[in-house]
Amino acid sequence: MPGQRKVYAISGGVTKFAKAHSEMDFRLMVKRAYDYAMEDVPKLKPSDIESSRISYFSDHFARQLKAASMVQDFLGLNPRDSRRIEWGGATGGQAIQAGWETIASGRNDVCLVAGFETMSHVETWKGNEFIALASDTNFDYPVGGFYTGYYALMVQRHIYEYLRKKKFSKIRDEREAQHAATKEAKRVMAMVSVKNHINALHNPYSQYPEKLTIAEALGRELIAYPLNRSSICTMSDGAAVMILASEETAYKYTDNPVLISGVGCGTDTMRLADRPQGKVPRFAWETEEDYSGLKYPGVHSFRAGRTAALEAYKNARIHNPLEDISFVELHDAYASSEIQTYEDIGLCRYGQGYEFVDQGHPFMKNIDYGLRLAHAGTMPVNPSGGLIACGHPVGATGIMQGVFAFWQLQNTIKKHFGDDTLQVKGARRGLIHSHAGTGSAVTVTILERV
Amino acid sequence: MTVPKKFSRFRDVMEETKKSGAAIYKNPGGSNDLVVLSPYSVNYIHSYAQDSEFFLGLAEGKLLGSECKNCHTKYATPRSHCMNCGHETKWFNLPLEGRVHSWTTCYFGSEEFLKETPFNLVLVEFDGVDSLLLSRLVGPKEDEIFIGMRVKAEFRKPARYLISDVHFVPATEKTSRRKRKN
Repeated sequence: MPGQRKVYAISGGVTKFAKAHSEMDFRLMVKRAYDYAMEDVPKLKPSDIESSRISYFSDHFARQLKAASMVQDFLGLNPRDSRRIEWGGATGGQAIQAGWETIASGRNDVCLVAGFETMSHVETWKGNEFIALASDTNFDYPVGGFYTGYYALMVQRHIYEYLRKKKFSKIRDEREAQHAATKEAKRVMAMVSVKNHINALHNPYSQYPEKLTIAEALGRELIAYPLNRSSICTMSDGAAVMILASEETAYKYTDNPVLISGVGCGTDTMRLADRPQGKVPRFAWETEEDYSGLKYPGVHSFRAGRTAALEAYKNARIHNPLEDISFVELHDAYASSEIQTYEDIGLCRYGQGYEFVDQGHPFMKNIDYGLRLAHAGTMPVNPSGGLIACGHPVGATGIMQGVFAFWQLQNTIKKHFGDDTLQVKGARRGLIHSHAGTGSAVTVTILERV
Repeated sequence: MTVPKKFSRFRDVMEETKKSGAAIYKNPGGSNDLVVLSPYSVNYIHSYAQDSEFFLGLAEGKLLGSECKNCHTKYATPRSHCMNCGHETKWFNLPLEGRVHSWTTCYFGSEEFLKETPFNLVLVEFDGVDSLLLSRLVGPKEDEIFIGMRVKAEFRKPARYLISDVHFVPATEKTSRRKRKN
């Protein structure tokens, strides 16, 4: 990106996400992740950290306003520059980009990015309510505010646009055609769940490692048709931190920094009902004919994700993500949104997401999933197990993705996981993707081995 | 507030909360961590403000959409100003029949709506209108609903001045034709 300084990640740490951490409050959770990150770069002293960007999503969960100030205080970073970052589900991704900005601008040389969430403080039903308050409280929430319901509405239309109208276009009876299309989508979503749960078997930071089969995944309890429990992430407690530095300081502290070579962010209407029916903002490799007759984004795709990827790719000079990117850690709050996101970020064209999974592209090459995959591992997606297997303590999630991507590109997965199964061999560039409420905001950040 | 107690059942924690205002107990995990459970409720006051007309319309059995005075974009969910050109909109009557643009059946939900599960959410599309309306579809079961299904609005009487004052039910082809003639 012209006209600004290069920004590097120099360390990271994660406090394992859990259903509840009653032995640690949010400050101690962050402190544990922070201590881990500091120990990984012993030359860096706390006094070298010039500023912090601290992220958490919900004051309702925290029930402590200015909780970020309490983190700053607990870590002993006063009286240095700090602020809280909040941007719904994309809070973590935004915090990384906020840290990037303060270094890129020349204001700081070293910035701590720290995030947490304490969702165990209320029961699951109440938690669903708090999360649903991130939808229009006059027009959306009172209808039955429930995020899984919103994502179900979106994937139903995605299935209609891309499976019903294409693969199942020959079936005359409308109900029968839609039924067949949904059945196919459920099978492919189950493949995503299987992938993420099995990947997690090799990630000690995951909460739900499981040798899951397609039949088991399909058999789980239905939450909002067609999404069932195996395809949905869970609320959690947890924390994650990254330490970012300018080029001249990064090498003072580590000989293995990772460059943040591209940042991008996009937004969309808060209400699904208001999403436009326009044209696809295209990547260079897509043609107008690819999408003739497609009303975009509607409720089937995430324009914010496409917009974020366009900006990040431009900045990182990515011309072909399939060749230029080695792996992706994306916001799989739902197996459905993982598939929708492949298309937004150009891993395949709109409409090809189901096939992309079916052919095995987003799986790890070296792991046996009990599935026949023709092209396993061409683009590993969520090698960590993603949100589905690690959990989703909102303010920490996007930073956790950043830490995992950083370790991948440092080639230190074995050191941090105690197992190198998930190390993407020869990883050169990684993409992390953080996504807020029904796609109302998305960040894409590119990290690069140097 | 009371001294830390051991509760064997969550129900007993809630009983204690009712009795003493809060319950303080040791983490059931066996550690020394003290857990405080306290109720939390507020009276929250806010205005529908520029969207109030829409809710008044529901009470009269009307669905009010917004049409941009400048570029004529038509919104099925009110917007007082156009998101395309920024100009003010005017109210117009939406048709009371539309089609299912997308749908789901929720078997789980937020605390407030748990007792209503399972319920159907639908995004409704209307002929000649550029955006959608989120609502409930009452009546049909999961295997009877499909995208493109014709639906018609029904209104709660008396109105509660909530978006849930309107919901949709399946429209038969017969009523669709009659409506069109009118």
